[in-house]
Amino acid sequence: MVQLRLPKNSRMIRGKTWPKPEGASNLRKFQIYRWNPDEGDNPSVDTYFVDMDDCGPMVLDALIYIKNKIDPTLTFRRSCREGICGSCAMNIDGINTLACIYGMDEIKGDVKIYPLPHMPVVKDLIPDLTHFYAQHASIMPWLETKTNRPAKEWRQSIEDREKLDGLYECVMCASCSTACPSYWWNGDKYLGPAALLHAYRWIIDSRDEATGERLDDLEDPFKLYRCHTIMNCTKTCPKGLNPAKAIAEIKKLMVERAV
Amino acid sequence: MRFLTARKRAEGLGAARSGTEHHWYMTVSAVGLALIVPMFLFVLGRTIGGTHDEVSAVFAHPAMAILTLLVLYVGLQHFRRGAQTLIEDYSRGMTRKILIIGVTVLSYGLMATGMFAVVKLAL
Repeated sequence: MVQLRLPKNSRMIRGKTWPKPEGASNLRKFQIYRWNPDEGDNPSVDTYFVDMDDCGPMVLDALIYIKNKIDPTLTFRRSCREGICGSCAMNIDGINTLACIYGMDEIKGDVKIYPLPHMPVVKDLIPDLTHFYAQHASIMPWLETKTNRPAKEWRQSIEDREKLDGLYECVMCASCSTACPSYWWNGDKYLGPAALLHAYRWIIDSRDEATGERLDDLEDPFKLYRCHTIMNCTKTCPKGLNPAKAIAEIKKLMVERAV
Repeated sequence: MRFLTARKRAEGLGAARSGTEHHWYMTVSAVGLALIVPMFLFVLGRTIGGTHDEVSAVFAHPAMAILTLLVLYVGLQHFRRGAQTLIEDYSRGMTRKILIIGVTVLSYGLMATGMFAVVKLAL
């Protein structure tokens, strides 16, 4: 049966409260999930105080401040710091989003930061995305063609290219999939909104010649039809994309070829 | 411990090549039920407070008998498939299979009982 309570070794305990920065007057309280696999303890929530006069405006700035000036053991992924790489996806103030483009002024009260929900944790704010990436690879995220390669390039009209807008921008941060209850309960089989959005991106690409095979591979009660249009994916997407619509479009194509 | 690659786990047993029929049935039956259930409830509501003979006469009318049979069949088929989806969402393994068999038996049992009652009243 579905697990409604965290396993015993995953339940959170009270963590450490780190000292406030000396001489700072404009402080903000951060509560951050901590777990170190090497220590074998239960996860905890540590409390930090960030000097807002010495820190940038984004949540990632605060995390970097904490790592550089308070606790160098705090572990998180980050790279581009401008919403392109998708590395710093985490649950901030109850919302899955990218720390680099989420402003602290958008949060009322204490800032609570957890890793993306319902994923195995590698350490602190780093989730294990191995299965998520493998699911993405399984939808063949590349152009499949059968016609002989043209002398120059595969041509595409401006109208057909526009159909990819709202799809190609996905940075695979996993915010949407980890916000989806269907993915929480059946993530082993259900592909999740991110992989399905990418699947649709290749299905409707006018240059791709494997549309039928792609639809065949998705036609499954779990891989595709576990989506119940809950819409958490669309609500949480930090890039403002609409994975739920992409999934609905795939379902329409399935019906189109069957009825 | 099984040494499976991430890709092997993600692919699983592959696609079942089914699900569209279920999805389409639920869509069509939902539209149908949105039409016939209010009609059925309206007629049923008018019988409240009536005598046994009056209520029997309403259900004996061919139009009401057909409407009731439709509500029973379409409604319980919709219920069966919807409940199956729910069970698939929240249970696994043998529990899942037993619950699906249980809800199927319940649905067809209710359907047969209801149909028997309508036929008995109508004939």
